[in-house]
Amino acid sequence: MTDQQLTTRAKVERSMTRRRRAEMRFRAYGVMSIAFGLLCLVVLFSNILGQGLSTFRQTVLEVNLHIDGDALGISRQSSEAEISAADYETLLKNFMREKAGATSRDDRRLAGTLVSVGAPWQIRDAVLANTDVIGDHLRLEIIMDDDVDQWYKHDRDIGQPGRLKDNQIKWLESWIADGSLHTRFNTTFFVNGDSREPELAGIRGAIAGSLLTMLVTFLLSFPIGVAAAIYLEEFAPRNRMTEIVEININNLAAVPSITFGLLGLAIFIGLFGVARSTPLVGGLVLTLMTLPTIIISGRAAIKAVPPSIREAALGLGASRMQMVFHHVLPLALPGMLTGTIIGMAQALGETAPLLMVGMIAFVVDVPNFISDPATVLPVQIFLWSDSPERAFTERTSGAIIVLLAFLIVMNTAAVWLRRRLERRW
Amino acid sequence: MTHGVLLIVVSLLFVVAYWLGKQRARTTAAEGSKLNSLPEHYGSLVALWTALPGLVLLLLWSLVEGPVVDNLLINKLPAETQQQGGTAIHLALSKVHNLANGAQVAEDPLLMPAVQHLLDLQERTLLLSSGIVLALALAGMAIVWRRIHPDLRARTEVEGIIRGMLFCSSAIAVLTTVGILSSVVFESWQFFGKISPIEFLFGTSWSPQIALRPDQSGSSGSFGAIPLFTGTLLISLIAMLIAVPVGLMSAIYLSEYAHYRVRQFAKPALEILAGIPTVVYGFFAALSVAPFIRESGAGMGLEVSSESALAAGLVMGVMIIPFVSSLSDDVINAVPQSLRDGSYGLGGTRSETVWQVVLPAALPGIVGAIMLAVSRAIGETMIVAMAAGLAANLTANPLDSVTTVTVQIVTLLVGDQEFDSPKTLAAFALGLVLFLVTLSLNFVALKVVQKYREQYD
Repeated sequence: MTDQQLTTRAKVERSMTRRRRAEMRFRAYGVMSIAFGLLCLVVLFSNILGQGLSTFRQTVLEVNLHIDGDALGISRQSSEAEISAADYETLLKNFMREKAGATSRDDRRLAGTLVSVGAPWQIRDAVLANTDVIGDHLRLEIIMDDDVDQWYKHDRDIGQPGRLKDNQIKWLESWIADGSLHTRFNTTFFVNGDSREPELAGIRGAIAGSLLTMLVTFLLSFPIGVAAAIYLEEFAPRNRMTEIVEININNLAAVPSITFGLLGLAIFIGLFGVARSTPLVGGLVLTLMTLPTIIISGRAAIKAVPPSIREAALGLGASRMQMVFHHVLPLALPGMLTGTIIGMAQALGETAPLLMVGMIAFVVDVPNFISDPATVLPVQIFLWSDSPERAFTERTSGAIIVLLAFLIVMNTAAVWLRRRLERRW
Repeated sequence: MTHGVLLIVVSLLFVVAYWLGKQRARTTAAEGSKLNSLPEHYGSLVALWTALPGLVLLLLWSLVEGPVVDNLLINKLPAETQQQGGTAIHLALSKVHNLANGAQVAEDPLLMPAVQHLLDLQERTLLLSSGIVLALALAGMAIVWRRIHPDLRARTEVEGIIRGMLFCSSAIAVLTTVGILSSVVFESWQFFGKISPIEFLFGTSWSPQIALRPDQSGSSGSFGAIPLFTGTLLISLIAMLIAVPVGLMSAIYLSEYAHYRVRQFAKPALEILAGIPTVVYGFFAALSVAPFIRESGAGMGLEVSSESALAAGLVMGVMIIPFVSSLSDDVINAVPQSLRDGSYGLGGTRSETVWQVVLPAALPGIVGAIMLAVSRAIGETMIVAMAAGLAANLTANPLDSVTTVTVQIVTLLVGDQEFDSPKTLAAFALGLVLFLVTLSLNFVALKVVQKYREQYD
């Protein structure tokens, strides 16, 4: 039997196996693509969580410190300045040597380096808060050095020494055995600003900076974006000029964010002399960046309001302006808010343009006002990720978890708002 | 802070003006004449004329204040500083500002006249601007209040003003583009005055290190941007090799095959990838993917750079997947069902329908989507800044370290810098190239997508 003699039906039936197999393969590629995308998501999240969750625990040493007023040269009647100036470092060093039972010169040095360089200030603050402890005993959880922190949280379980010496590990093990060395919730990470010492570094400054920057961005971009959307959708004459504005906005939404940073640097800082590194200039740059997003979503929300509502308002004698502000805008507002929250979430995660306007400076103080030097959370992540210390890698992941938590909250709010308030006609 | 006080005073005046205007309109109406507009409109008109002129003036003044004050100060600087020009003046001015603001800077007796002058100026301009703003507010209030009359078309006037404000808001988008363009063009112009555009665009060696002293050897630096362009293209290519097949296949599967429930779950899940900040991807690429690739490369006997183009490209590809998939999804969904039904009716299987009917019909839109994705890859900054290197190698080997346009812009501009060195200006020239390339890609892509949508509407 040759091919020519086959009926069409037989030909088709013969090819079916091949075609079905092709179909199955094609389907499999589709499933694999989606699986790949989801896998990336899972890997990314588990990687960050795996590296970062330990940030939220901090290794501390419970001590019962004798605050020897005579040795420190202070008494309960001393002024605040005198108490502040006392030498708590030596007090703590001596205490650590004694606790470790260190005698040799090397051991004495090693015992002293186990605690954080911020620990003396911790004691000072505790004494300042309660001067009654002078001449008495002070119970305190002392922050340990980042090497100890990393060893206790990671290396100890796998029997590695980390960056510690044998003697140090011996002391630490004995303190773990008597329960004085343990971990607690890492409040330092949330109440401190940036620091060169990983165990003292926190994200409070970055969070405050981010909030101030977002405040500026929101206060500027929301009203301007809504106004622009209203104009373009309801008032703009259909002509060449309007078309240019529309094309412009769509293009701006896709322009790389770093070019907004160039604009900020050349125009806001160079030309208008706005102070560098401040939430003000950062907020201005992010406003320009988020405006297209807000305008586009705002126009979509206005478009979704049915024409019958406009006609009814006009028919009852309202002016166009009254129709828009009394009827269209209230109905479109939930949609506009959703778009704004999404735009703000983008702005919150943005890094590159803020590097350009100097928000990368090392800022220890928590900013209180929009003209204070500040950094923001993503830039803090960028800065820490560059630090060689292992403890900073951990803190970078911790900061990322906090940033992602903010973003999840914002996006959930946007979804909730859309489900709850948006009306469908 | 005193500007803050001024703003509060103006807002109070705004409220007072509204109330006064409304009251006067009401009294007029009570006298028996029929008002043209509602009393609220008269109030709004008075209030707007009270607050707006002063605020606009204040805004304009705060924009030009910096340069104007600096110009006035230059005369008060020591004579030698004035002769040195450029950078020296700039430095001296910033020092004067710091001294005047009470920052802890070493005092310099030579600068004290300028500092005193600045303090005087600040006091005087503050007084003057507050005075003018308040005078304008009161004058506006008085004039419009007196104009209130039953025949005054208050509503039309108020609506005209609001319309003007709405127009100004939408004009900001255009101003932004003009601002970006003018800033990069202006600085690039200065750059091309020092380095020829031919050398910049076609030179193959990039080392923008300018010597600290002019007499130092090798102070010119070389600004051939070809290695940056090839590096950018290499990383973008790797990214697209991941993002286009995966994104497109996901979109096809989700729109043609997937059960409604799967789609409900998988589409938002994939879109989470697009919402993750790029700095997070950068961290992931630099600290997890790059070491992983280097070790697996070493296992296969390959020498992989620790800042390989592959790591940055892979992670960037993952970031762009949802971008390609959601844009293509829109495009595929826009293909009319009748085309598919025709194909099924002729006995085509689903995959044959996709390949031979849906994809050809959706092709322009998909091309547009891919172009937008490419533009995104080219402009992406943080991933490459953290995971790709700084070495400007001219290579096509994905295991080598390359640098990109955006990385160089960041490195050249971060930190303290003077505005007129070729090093910083080079960053703006790169910005100009980046802006023009992405803008034209976006422009063409948006046109294509739009045209395609109209075809089936």
